[in-house]
Amino acid sequence: MSNQVDTVEFIKDDFEYVGADKISQVDVAYESQPYWKDVLSRLFKNKGAIVGLIFIILIGIMAVIGPNLNDYTYDSQIITEQNLAPRIPGAEKIGIFDGNEKMSTSTGMTKVNGYISADGTETGRENTYYWFGSDVLGRDIFTRVWVGTRISLYIALVAVLIDMLFGLGYGLISGYFGGAVDNAMQRFAEILNGIPNLVIVTLLIIVLKPGLATITFSLMITGWIGMSRIARAQMLKLKEQEFVLASRTLGAKNFFIIFKEILPNIFGQVITNTMFSIPNAIFTEAFLAFIGLGVPQPKASLGSLISDAFKSFTTHPYMIIAPVIVLAILMLSFNMLADGLRDAFDPKMKEM
Amino acid sequence: MKKYLLKRIGVSIVTLLAILLILFCMLEFMPGSPFNDEKLTADQVAVLNAKYGLDKPTIVRFGNYIKNMLTGDFGVSYTISKNTPISTLLQSRLPISIRIGGQAVLLGTLIGLILGIIAALKHNTIWDTLTTIISVLGVSLPSYVFALLLSYSLGFKLKWFPLLYAVDSPLNSSVLPTVALCMFTVATIARFTRTEMLEVLGSDYMLLAESKGISGPQLIIKHALRNALIPIITVLAPLIVGLMTGSLVIEKIFSIPGIGSLLVTAIQSNDYNVIIALSFIYSAMYIGIILVVDILYGVIDPRIRLAKGDGNE
Repeated sequence: MSNQVDTVEFIKDDFEYVGADKISQVDVAYESQPYWKDVLSRLFKNKGAIVGLIFIILIGIMAVIGPNLNDYTYDSQIITEQNLAPRIPGAEKIGIFDGNEKMSTSTGMTKVNGYISADGTETGRENTYYWFGSDVLGRDIFTRVWVGTRISLYIALVAVLIDMLFGLGYGLISGYFGGAVDNAMQRFAEILNGIPNLVIVTLLIIVLKPGLATITFSLMITGWIGMSRIARAQMLKLKEQEFVLASRTLGAKNFFIIFKEILPNIFGQVITNTMFSIPNAIFTEAFLAFIGLGVPQPKASLGSLISDAFKSFTTHPYMIIAPVIVLAILMLSFNMLADGLRDAFDPKMKEM
Repeated sequence: MKKYLLKRIGVSIVTLLAILLILFCMLEFMPGSPFNDEKLTADQVAVLNAKYGLDKPTIVRFGNYIKNMLTGDFGVSYTISKNTPISTLLQSRLPISIRIGGQAVLLGTLIGLILGIIAALKHNTIWDTLTTIISVLGVSLPSYVFALLLSYSLGFKLKWFPLLYAVDSPLNSSVLPTVALCMFTVATIARFTRTEMLEVLGSDYMLLAESKGISGPQLIIKHALRNALIPIITVLAPLIVGLMTGSLVIEKIFSIPGIGSLLVTAIQSNDYNVIIALSFIYSAMYIGIILVVDILYGVIDPRIRLAKGDGNE
């Protein structure tokens, strides 16, 4: 080595100034980011999650104001205005949503318009508009869809509350105290988990009346198990760590350690898991409604609207389109937001 | 291993007993008695009770109840088809449901695996994105949305397949229900295979296999897929749940005479005996499959056994 160094000859060019832009490396001191800011910035970089969030907000706004946007109410029936296809002011002029409906009759395909009669006679409905059409009982589908969306959003809220209040507490306590407490609590959860959800819901509905309260109750019985498992697993991992020992040495009580020391450390997983349980809960409600165990008439949920429209969906397909699309967008949005949150809280997952 | 096995079987039996107890209590506390004809005197009711064993203590009756349920004696249907034993109702329906469920699992697994492998091999390309979109859609949309889409487009508009299930042409008419039912399986399996394959493809033993000159299908199937597939057993439980709930809706939409549509009809017409019998059958199937899956997993991967069974106490 020393030989080589000796043979190097310095020439004048070696010491020439190359300018500022040729600098190969500069130490940049990044500003330290708080954890939440970091998570949020990762979340906002995820296009899917943002689209999901925007749609959830839009659907939420529509669920609040939607039913009041026209003069119809969700249960008002106008018997003469049954089975009218969607008609939107403005859009009718360019040939879409003009209230025309193709019907296949015995003589072939015919165009039917319930608003304006083909032979020029007065129908009295020239200025009537059903934006999403009207159903077989003459009710406005637009209003019913948004009233139904409220139920789905209520179910989403219930799912979050069950996860947060029940699943989280159950898992944390079971994991923290361990021993006989953990054993008993885990056996109970295991047995409950061994019974299919479907069976629990069906049996509950035999005992109670079908309705929102029953659906809420059945979600409460089974909805928390997944979250409790995650909370318990995280607790088992964290409770032996030094910061817990330190806190205990300083005289912290069990309650303080569980909720002030350990809970903040597992919040990422908790939120992600909660988000994933929302579409599941909405799905459960829509499924129950479809098999006839939903909210009783004349109330509507997205599932019961789809179920009702299904009966006539080959003759009046427009009736089923609106609730299906809203439900699909809602489920997709919650799933995409949950995916984005998972990646934001745990960037390692994204590499996979 | 023995301890783990015994424990798993024990939990399953207790779960089954718990379900039977719940079902028994529901019958027990339901208002009314089987003999509520006003013409019957108290003595006659006592005789009838003795004849049907209803005068025995609750615990004995519970024992009899368990025996009846396990031997397939579910009583008779009240409203769906009056006084027909439920076991005869089930005889023709159970095979249809199992066949359609089986078809959906097989088709779904196959498509899911292919999609997952393609997505992993072509990581971060358009194929990968496409697979992700399909799996997000499959997980987020209820199976009846697919069923309605399929039956409207392929069934009603194009008339490729019949709209309703026909017993005399089971193959042709079960195409749409199978496809609609398998979407959830496709999505779950594709997602899972992709993640696992990516992990395996980046591992040292794959590098070793490649440097030893193995390539092509042998490398992918024998070395990568085989290792990626072990953890796939974990998604079987949610898949089965998805299939069970899905089958109810799918059977209703395509009017398939299976147990799912029977349960829906029973719920809508308050046929308690049928509901209880089907609840028991669904639970027993679920518990049985979960037990097999858990034991299989314990056999294949000893770490699970430790973590789930003996390690945490």
